[in-house]
Amino acid sequence: MTRKTLTLFDRSLVRPALLESLRKLDPRVQWRNPVMFVVYIGSLFTSALWVQALVSRGEAPAWFIGAVTLWLWFTVLFANFAEALAESRARAQAASLRGMKKTVTAKKLKEARHGPWTVVPGDNLRRDDIVLIEAGDFVPCDGQVIEGVASVDESAITGESAPVIRESGGDFSAVTGGTRVLSDWVIVRCTADPGESFLDRMIALVEGAKRRKTPNEIALTILLVALTLVFLLVTATLLPFSVYSVNAAHAGLPVTLTVLVALLVCLIPTTIGGLLSAIGVAGMGRMLLANVVATSGRAIEAAGDVDVLLLDKTGTITLGNRQATAFLPAPGVDEKDLADAAQLASLADETPEGRSIVVLAKRFALRERQVHELEASFVAFSAHTRMSGVDLPQRQIRKGAADAMRAWMESQSGSYPQAVVQAVDTISRRGSTPLVVAEVYQGKPRVLGVIELKDIVKGGIKERFAQLRRMGIRTVMITGDNRLTAAAIAAEAGVDDFLAEATPENKLELIRKTQAEGRLVAMTGDGTNDAPALAQADVAVAMHSGTQAAKEAGNMVDLDSNPTKLIEVVEIGKQMLMTRGALTTFSIANDVAKYFAILPAAFVATYPQLGALNIMHLTSPDSAILSAVIFNALIIVALIPLALKGVRYRALGADAVLARNLLIYGLGGVAVPFIGIKLIDLLLTAMGWY
Amino acid sequence: MTTEFFVLLAVLLAALLATVRPLGRYFAWIMEGRPAWAPLAAVETRLLRLCGVDDGEMDWRQYGYALLIFSAIGTVALYALQRLQGWLPLDPQHFGAVSPDSSFNTAISFVTNTNWQGYAGESTMSYLTQMLGLAVQNFLSAASGIAVAFVLIRGLARHSTRLLGNFWKDLYRITAYALLPISFVLALVLVSQGVIQNFSAYQNVTTLEPTTYAAPKLDAAGQPVKGADGQVVNQTVIVPQQTIAMGPVASQEAIKELGTNGGGFFNANSAHPYENPNALTNFLEMLAVLLIPAALVYTFGYAVGDTRQGWALLAAMALVFAVAVTLLAAAEHQGNPAIGALGVDQAHTALQSGGNMEGKETRFGIAASVLFDAVTTATSCGAVNSMIDSYTPLGGMVPMALIQLGEVIFGGVGSGLAGMLVFALVAVFIGGLMVGRTPEYVGKKIEAFDMKMLSIAVLLMPILVLVGTALAAVLPAGVAGLANPGAHGFSEMLYAFTSAANNNGSAFAGLSANTPFYNILLGVAMLLGRFAVIVPILALAGSLAAKKRIPPGSGTMPTHGALFISLLIGTLFLVGALNFFPAWALGPIVEQLSPLPVH
Repeated sequence: MTRKTLTLFDRSLVRPALLESLRKLDPRVQWRNPVMFVVYIGSLFTSALWVQALVSRGEAPAWFIGAVTLWLWFTVLFANFAEALAESRARAQAASLRGMKKTVTAKKLKEARHGPWTVVPGDNLRRDDIVLIEAGDFVPCDGQVIEGVASVDESAITGESAPVIRESGGDFSAVTGGTRVLSDWVIVRCTADPGESFLDRMIALVEGAKRRKTPNEIALTILLVALTLVFLLVTATLLPFSVYSVNAAHAGLPVTLTVLVALLVCLIPTTIGGLLSAIGVAGMGRMLLANVVATSGRAIEAAGDVDVLLLDKTGTITLGNRQATAFLPAPGVDEKDLADAAQLASLADETPEGRSIVVLAKRFALRERQVHELEASFVAFSAHTRMSGVDLPQRQIRKGAADAMRAWMESQSGSYPQAVVQAVDTISRRGSTPLVVAEVYQGKPRVLGVIELKDIVKGGIKERFAQLRRMGIRTVMITGDNRLTAAAIAAEAGVDDFLAEATPENKLELIRKTQAEGRLVAMTGDGTNDAPALAQADVAVAMHSGTQAAKEAGNMVDLDSNPTKLIEVVEIGKQMLMTRGALTTFSIANDVAKYFAILPAAFVATYPQLGALNIMHLTSPDSAILSAVIFNALIIVALIPLALKGVRYRALGADAVLARNLLIYGLGGVAVPFIGIKLIDLLLTAMGWY
Repeated sequence: MTTEFFVLLAVLLAALLATVRPLGRYFAWIMEGRPAWAPLAAVETRLLRLCGVDDGEMDWRQYGYALLIFSAIGTVALYALQRLQGWLPLDPQHFGAVSPDSSFNTAISFVTNTNWQGYAGESTMSYLTQMLGLAVQNFLSAASGIAVAFVLIRGLARHSTRLLGNFWKDLYRITAYALLPISFVLALVLVSQGVIQNFSAYQNVTTLEPTTYAAPKLDAAGQPVKGADGQVVNQTVIVPQQTIAMGPVASQEAIKELGTNGGGFFNANSAHPYENPNALTNFLEMLAVLLIPAALVYTFGYAVGDTRQGWALLAAMALVFAVAVTLLAAAEHQGNPAIGALGVDQAHTALQSGGNMEGKETRFGIAASVLFDAVTTATSCGAVNSMIDSYTPLGGMVPMALIQLGEVIFGGVGSGLAGMLVFALVAVFIGGLMVGRTPEYVGKKIEAFDMKMLSIAVLLMPILVLVGTALAAVLPAGVAGLANPGAHGFSEMLYAFTSAANNNGSAFAGLSANTPFYNILLGVAMLLGRFAVIVPILALAGSLAAKKRIPPGSGTMPTHGALFISLLIGTLFLVGALNFFPAWALGPIVEQLSPLPVH
């Protein structure tokens, strides 16, 4: 799928968002955001005051009430716009997905075998319906392959152009609606009803239709509501205070309701209140941009909190395949002979390890051999013998794990030299896999030496782990290797801990134990046997290439099936929480300046000496109040990019991050409105309004 | 500003610092419930058993229920005692029953650890009421405050449990092992310095110089007699004698400071020479006020297994305190600009104290007066040795602001730590998000329920103060109590509600608050300010105790460094104090800015 990167205020997004922000003026929508609801009610109230001022004697000049009212409405609209823009961006990201959700027809089978079918629209398929998909057909529903094997183009979802194999049984049996079968055929059992497919869920989620407030969002909203309530009382009690003061000073008039509403709106945390839901939607959108679909906002939030990452060794920490890196000949054997034998034994071995042996042997300038010239018959690897090799006339060559080869030698009444045992041990200790090569040549058994197969640790992964450590996240490598090998690779990759000889059971055990210590665990997985561990983990990223069971158990799906993605997921989660915190701090810190703008303006008629508090030297009481209200509205728009993109994230320790953000959003939050309000006041004055 | 002030401040803080660790450990011992020296332990066990207390621990609801019932009984008993004192012994001056509204107000005032006094002690209360009623509540209200702090500490220190301790046992141990012994020693020291302790009737003494003043002549009905010109006829009154009040003062004075109560035996409170005779007692009284609030902060750090957590809170408290008291001292040393304009020299020299000495005792001077005032308003003590009403407007704003921070700068015994922890949790909630994790404090996640309880605890006080002041400002009954119109009168009302809702009890003076209107309204403010905050704090403790404890890592927001201290202070001001900015503007600020004194 080609994804157009959208600029922040892309024209195609802004127009629908503008319309949507008007539609969101519905009180039922506003009610969901308590802070903005107060602004909404305040705007309605001053609108009424304005009408009163127009038709009869108002409490202040109609144009003043009108101007304040206008900007209060703008405040509501800007907050609506922020939310709408975040939603439309996320929706645009999902649109390409929706685009491929075109109506397809399906070949519905009566029974689960290749036979006569009836053509039905894809939308009519229910869970457990069975369909036949042949080359060229679109997959009509999410489902599981129950028969057959086919290559499938999943680029629509993953963006990966290479087709993947889907076959019944095993870990590669899941197919997704909207992808296309390129060759062969499969019979698929649908696993979702219409409207509940993976794609549907994803789109609904992204569009915010099913977005629920996350736990932390709820806690934050409680704080914001509490602050709103306090400020409501602060402004409401100002009226009696003002009445008392007017009586005491025998000067001025009690503060007008318009000014009180303006003060209220300026004081309550509208900045974070207006942007809070946009931050959440944008977090979801950023996940999608990383090609990860989160099944809930809660999962993204949990990602920020993760303390321990469980990472599979293969594919995440090391390149998928081990490579032969050295030949260690047995005493009395030439290294070239060992290479020669190893090459012979591996000629027919199509595994990446086997091929890497051939490649390494080439360094010894061995001649190219044609397999058919050798009259060789190859012995494939079997779980029983645990070795593979080649039978030549008068010569048998085998390679395999050390203990299997030792058994073979003993069965051929050959000796197994101590030096080889040591070589095997050394290699294991290095974190590599030893592969022993032996032969029986003209009835004489002999151990030739050991091949070192090395796990190649991915470039840059060590630095990544160091970053994670600075962020306070422990990494644990999961591997089926033995302890020796695991320890060596763990040391090389720089993980904090490892679980060797991992089984689904001890993996689950490890997660439970870590959680019992109060830590949050994230992991990736793809196989069906990963499902219990995925279900137990707090953040579980299932590979899209994985089984349906794994995907159901996880709370995120990585469309790229890239296990390293977990690190990005954590970063996005953290970034979302940081953005929330930063804007809350900014919003609260803003109040200092607003007090200094509005209070002298509201009371200078009663107590002229309060003019001394007008430290910004704003032109007039009216311009001061209007400037504060305008600033309060505009700052929402100004911060939309920050809310959508998120606070700049750096992998630093908590102390450094806090210091930086406190400085920018705390102190900055105190300073910025002083400058902003003054500038707006200057502008209003320059335009001759005052 | 004088060297004397800075030296006094430094010595006070140093002396306090020296006590924090040992006393904090001692309170931890009390809190942990470990058995005392065998004979004492036997008394503890027997007494508790005699009262039918079972040994088990309580969850937050049971604990709160016990505390509320206990306080309710205390209130009723204290009310009854005041109403019945005329029939009871130890009433040498034959004071009759205290008025119903004043009794109501005083009963609540002492049970809530506020010790707001609408009455004058020496002309209202019998010795029995003072000792059996007021002094007893001085002990018990302090003990229940400390008990609440214990519960919150346990909530943070324990994990995966509902149990938070036993109220009766806590109450007993706090009173028997801490409050009584320390008060006893302090009372003896005070007596040695001249504080009185007796049951004598008031003494009439002939003064060296008779007092002479002019007063309106009254007729038989008590109305002023008017002359032919319609003017009131004045007569000269000569008073050759003075009545000197007596009583068991020292025993009450000690717990008045130690338990951050602040209710004076005499109306003049610690300005009275029989309560606070000299500079030494003044210093000891200040230290006694700060002792327990500071020690409990250490207890908290010790209990959660990381004393740095306690030191950080203590540092924030000390810092705000030092800055506030320095501002206050500066304002008072500045003197009154109106007097300066008349050509009066207000400079500090070897021969005169200089500055604004109105309402201050000459035996204390400006330094010891403002320090005492800051100590008793930063804590919820509320005792005074000088009259805040006579402070410069900005000087008067400092104690007001210290109280309005929510009594968390050391604060009341127990309630101060609880309040500071509430702010620490709010600070962590905002700051914690900024490090990219859902917020946690000493290993406890702060979630929606906790935030609800925190919000109530933070919200309620400003609401009580602002709504109360607003009512007083517009209702005739409220305005009638003002001695000064204008901005100064506004400060008086604001201060009264601030003091009541925060359970401080100090008065700005100048407000005639012994009226049914103020007695009832302030009584309600005190009641809600105490118990409507305690209940959510207990609930918070319950919720925190039930959570798992998350071990700290390098991704966890550190809550012990300079950064956290600044975040905490920032939160205190932005979330706590900023709510009062408009009120300050219309009271002290406008008064300070006025060309002439408004009063």
